[in-house]
Amino acid sequence: MLQLSNVSKRFGGLSVLQDVSFTVPAGKVFGLIGPNGAGKTTVFNLITGLLAPTGGEIDLQGESLLGHAPHQITRRGIARTFQNIRIFKDMTLLDNVVVGMHSHLNYGVPGWLFSLPGFRAQEKSAREKAHELLGWVGLDAKAMDIADNLSYGDQRKLELARALATEPKLLLLDEPVAGMNTGEKVELMGEITNIARRGYTIFMIEHDMRFVMGLCERIAVLNFGRIIAEGSPDEIKNNPDVIEAYLGREDDEELPA
Amino acid sequence: MEWFENFWQVYNNLILTIGVNALLALSIWLTLSCGLLAMANAAFMGIGAYTASILTMNYGAPFPLALAGGIAAPTLVALLIGGPTLRLSGVYLAMATLGFGEVVRVLILNAESLTGGALGLNGIPQSTQWWHVLLALVVTLLILWRLRRSRIGRAFEAINEDAVAASLMGIAVNAHKMLAFALGAGIAGLAGALNAHLTFFIGPSEFGFDRGVDILTMAILGGTGGLTGPVLGALIVTLLPELLRSFRDFRTMMNGAILVVIVLFLPKGLWDPKRIRQWFGRGAA
Repeated sequence: MLQLSNVSKRFGGLSVLQDVSFTVPAGKVFGLIGPNGAGKTTVFNLITGLLAPTGGEIDLQGESLLGHAPHQITRRGIARTFQNIRIFKDMTLLDNVVVGMHSHLNYGVPGWLFSLPGFRAQEKSAREKAHELLGWVGLDAKAMDIADNLSYGDQRKLELARALATEPKLLLLDEPVAGMNTGEKVELMGEITNIARRGYTIFMIEHDMRFVMGLCERIAVLNFGRIIAEGSPDEIKNNPDVIEAYLGREDDEELPA
Repeated sequence: MEWFENFWQVYNNLILTIGVNALLALSIWLTLSCGLLAMANAAFMGIGAYTASILTMNYGAPFPLALAGGIAAPTLVALLIGGPTLRLSGVYLAMATLGFGEVVRVLILNAESLTGGALGLNGIPQSTQWWHVLLALVVTLLILWRLRRSRIGRAFEAINEDAVAASLMGIAVNAHKMLAFALGAGIAGLAGALNAHLTFFIGPSEFGFDRGVDILTMAILGGTGGLTGPVLGALIVTLLPELLRSFRDFRTMMNGAILVVIVLFLPKGLWDPKRIRQWFGRGAA
């Protein structure tokens, strides 16, 4: 579904990503892991158009995403959440989600100006859909609360519901369980599994190994801006390069000749 | 009804000024609701005022046409300068738009053959009736009220809270900022055109920095959370100098002081439904 080919990104003299290539298969849960500062979030920023790559190609279903503004990329079917939550704090949960449907509401100026039936019908169905999405993440009961009053874990879930409201084909999750306790993690894991089962392709960045290994069908490992391994969770677990990247290598270990 | 006629005789100018100022406060509210601190509204008002006055005086245009010109000219200028300036944010945008305001003022000052230069334009026909101002205000309020309830109003709010997140919701951030800016310019121009045909005279000094701060004070004092705030702010800022006539010389100082006090103690302005409800709740308990 999503293909990165030889993508590189430099900030001045600092090379953040070099020749990054991988494919996120349609209908799967794909994970990108790597130590802090490996460049994972940069990958997301490149895909969503917040940054432009220095070189390489990014394709969604065979069409290049390069040179498009973030809102155009969203309209092509990519939604994301953020590592540091970016919900609209002063809005209600419902409004947060309805904002996500922005590009799917297509009434014209006379529609909203004179509150024509078409406008009312679309706004109504948007609110119903928003309630449904909030239901998916278990927040429908709080639909009219102000988002800022939510707990940290609930804010992450709201961000997830809001991302789904853009009707994405591909959902990018940037460290969805960062800062959550074990109970919240298990709960969110269930919700992500449910969402994946509904046919969304999911691409996540995560630090929590248990979470990644439990959810992802394929995993790529990024270290110092390069992909050092890609494969199934079992392959990744036993890959010596990955173990080295995460745990380091013992000095007195015998090196292969 | 005689008392009313007397009252109207004395105060009609003041009351209509409240209406004009309410339009101005609403014009800056539009950009503020999008998270943009654009300070060009005084200049847009000036462009509207001069365009409409020149249309009536030099070309004998009928009043509705002059008003339309007073709306169209600043809107077009806003579309032109919005491209480069709206990429700026925060205080940089404020500085760029203030700079633009100065450019407009100096241009008006120097285009003597058209604008009368420092002497201004005299003898503008007093075509503005009380119901013109009322109608303009009501129609503007209705449009903005409907706008707030549409996907555009939600987009403004989203951009105000977090422009990056808004763009990733599929909202064309720059286009929406431009819309708010141009619409605000049109409303300010309408206010200028109405005011010019009310006061008989306009001069370049009316549309300078002081007016810009006045407009901002009205919106911030009233509160930018809704449409009521700017109208309330305009009412207070217009009436205050009348109530405190003896302090007339300190008018701009007072406005500055109001801004400081409001920002410090009532960051959401006077009209903040949540806080009012809190106060009432506490009173009842």
